[in-house]
Amino acid sequence: MWKWLHPYANPEVSYHFIGKLLPWLAKITMTLLAIGMVWALVFAPADYQQGDSFRIFYIHVPTAILSMSIYLAMASAAFCSLVWQFRLADASAAAMAPVGAVITAIALFTGAAWGKPMWGTWWIWDARLTSELVLLFLYLGVIALHNAFEDKNLAGKAAGILSLVGVVNIPIIKYSVEWWNTLHQGATVSKMSAPSMSMEMFWPFVICFLAIAMLVTFVISIRFRTEILARNSMRPWVRELITAEGIK
Amino acid sequence: MNPRRKKRLTIVISILVGLSVVAGFVLYALSQNIDLFYKPSEIYQGKDDTGIKPINGQRLRIGGLVVPGSVKRDPSSLDVTFELVDMRMPIVFKDSDPVIKVHYDGILPDLFREGQGIVANGMLVNGNFIEASEVLAKHDENYIPKELADDMGEKHQKPSYSKEQLEEQNY
Repeated sequence: MWKWLHPYANPEVSYHFIGKLLPWLAKITMTLLAIGMVWALVFAPADYQQGDSFRIFYIHVPTAILSMSIYLAMASAAFCSLVWQFRLADASAAAMAPVGAVITAIALFTGAAWGKPMWGTWWIWDARLTSELVLLFLYLGVIALHNAFEDKNLAGKAAGILSLVGVVNIPIIKYSVEWWNTLHQGATVSKMSAPSMSMEMFWPFVICFLAIAMLVTFVISIRFRTEILARNSMRPWVRELITAEGIK
Repeated sequence: MNPRRKKRLTIVISILVGLSVVAGFVLYALSQNIDLFYKPSEIYQGKDDTGIKPINGQRLRIGGLVVPGSVKRDPSSLDVTFELVDMRMPIVFKDSDPVIKVHYDGILPDLFREGQGIVANGMLVNGNFIEASEVLAKHDENYIPKELADDMGEKHQKPSYSKEQLEEQNY
């Protein structure tokens, strides 16, 4: 069933395959970002209570959702690497961690910037904000472990165990606003029922979400290729690549 | 699957299941401490699950809906008093709701209005009266474009302050 995937377990095949995808990813990302940001920040209607401050929503919510999605992707990669000792999965987890950390930091920062005028405070230790901060620390821990060992396989194992343990935090972030009373509001768009906003506000959000998701994919792909090269620098195919490109 | 992989799979999965169970128990045990605020009804009857009642002089957070018509602002200073009832969706106010009165001397957040959810941090004084040192607005998850809100008759006006009131705050 998984036979078609097997060639991509080879670092060289993966490296070249992603290399072919990159220009397309770049084009899609740029188009979506341009449409999404202009639509959201200029043309979408302002909220009746919050006025234009509401537009922070279009960056805060996509980054907050993606901070959790990237973590789940990283933990799945770590799981594959731990169980099947699949080297490339380690490389991809190492590529994802810093991107996830930056996205989480953006979500926390935009949230604080919105919270000050709307709630009246930058920060409050409620369940949602605290668990999202814990997510940032988990990312930082995973990055630190990836760089703490000379031996990349050992580092991948240690970081992988931490990322798997941290998965417990994801449902806590997601459901914190339902399980406990918090200052943070409940979900507007990421729920089963219809979004709690009008369609003229919702569509720009969809574009913004896709744009930021594509941007994240794009950056992770670049990092993944670099990670493959760094981890296979002694292999003949990398040497050939270096001589062909003429870089010393 | 070969036996070594199978073994690793079982180890990893059993660690994950064990951890989730532990985390579940910890959160269950801590659940009252994780709640950010008391609801007005909980000040009278005690916390929903433990029945622990706050005592006079205790610092606490209270969260509730501002009762329409209860906001009284002093025209020459920042003093404001208002009443809170339990938050519920959809928003309805009944006379039988337990009411907590809040006094606050400071600038209210932009989202503050009657019918809005707020969280106040302060001291319980008289069983049902709270002297607040901080008032935060709680936003619900609904966003409505301005024109649509006007059609629906939903209006929001930021709390506004006169020069005299703002000067008073500097002392």
